[in-house]
Amino acid sequence: LADLHGTAPKPWSPASASTEPRKIARDRIVLIMGARSQLWSIAKMSVTGGVIGVTISDRYVTVVAIKGHSMHPTMTATDSALRGDIVLAEKACLDQYKFSRGDVILFKCPSNHKEVFVKRLIGLPGEWIQLPASSEIIKVPQGHCWVEGDNAARSWDSRSFGPIPLGLINGRVTHIIWPPSKIGRVERKWPEDRIPPF
Amino acid sequence: LMIPKTKGKIIPIEPSSPSAAAMSRFVRRLAGIPWRQIAGEASSVGLLMAQGLCAVHVVSEHVLGVAFPRGPSMLPALNMAGDVLLTDKVSPRRGWVGPGDVVLLLSPEDPRKIVAKRVLGMEGDEVTYPVDAGNSDATKTVVVPQGHIWVQGDNIYSSNDSRQFGPVPYGLVKGKMSYRIWPPSRIGSIDSKE
Repeated sequence: LADLHGTAPKPWSPASASTEPRKIARDRIVLIMGARSQLWSIAKMSVTGGVIGVTISDRYVTVVAIKGHSMHPTMTATDSALRGDIVLAEKACLDQYKFSRGDVILFKCPSNHKEVFVKRLIGLPGEWIQLPASSEIIKVPQGHCWVEGDNAARSWDSRSFGPIPLGLINGRVTHIIWPPSKIGRVERKWPEDRIPPF
Repeated sequence: LMIPKTKGKIIPIEPSSPSAAAMSRFVRRLAGIPWRQIAGEASSVGLLMAQGLCAVHVVSEHVLGVAFPRGPSMLPALNMAGDVLLTDKVSPRRGWVGPGDVVLLLSPEDPRKIVAKRVLGMEGDEVTYPVDAGNSDATKTVVVPQGHIWVQGDNIYSSNDSRQFGPVPYGLVKGKMSYRIWPPSRIGSIDSKE
């Protein structure tokens, strides 16, 4: 009774006996209503935050954790709990699908739409590029692009599955935000000793 | 401007000219407007609008959207123009797309174009298609590679589809269209053809 009323309960008397239970019940209802409305406002705030977060992640910028070693040393995955580097990817490039050579992009794997890969864009649509291993020259078809990982030995990329449609691209990686030692921009880079396309 | 000593009481200074009088009236009126209240109301209305737009985006991108397909490639199932279709965005993500479904996908020839076609084959299926519809009866049979689908317009005489650009990765599929809500004479589900 003391915590409900905040003060020491009044001494029992026949006059107060009839009103006390009703007041206790009313106070208890007010407490339950207060807790329920608190939960309701927390639920409302979470839904709003979630909706706004999904919209921002779809249209502007998203955070991705890197798995796999195909972009070493630019980005690495480790066996640690945080599973390696965490990067920031922007979605504004998906408005007009305008990319530049050397951009690091995220895209859906062409043979498994549930997996997302991160590689560097080597060939833009319509360009002629030289395959690294052989001396073959191929033309990247319209609406497609050629991607390769920085770590050529451990990278499953266009050298295996060919040029990918631009529509599979999910975003462009702009910054590394974890670990603190690697925080910074991800620069547009052209691999050394690679003939630039024309 | 000499400020007279008034033993702690503040007396407003009388302006010396008519234009100065107008100026001080203007400043006083400006100060009387409840700026903070207006800013508070504007930001709360703005926040509400932002929340509304975000909710619309989430629903139309991830749950249920609307599409207005145009073009002759899906005749007679879809009209050339004026159709409004409900687009299910949940099914492609969950893999609930199969042969006979009409899907929206990003064109492999230009990612800014969205096209509507019918799925004829999933990965591993054998698809037989007319190579040069209208001119010859020759057909070809291909096996759809892993992770890809074969899409074709119902109107094979006027459709740019997998017969031209080959099987497309499933990741390009953006929605499944199964219900038409306009024109009223054709409201209902789109026939699924095998």
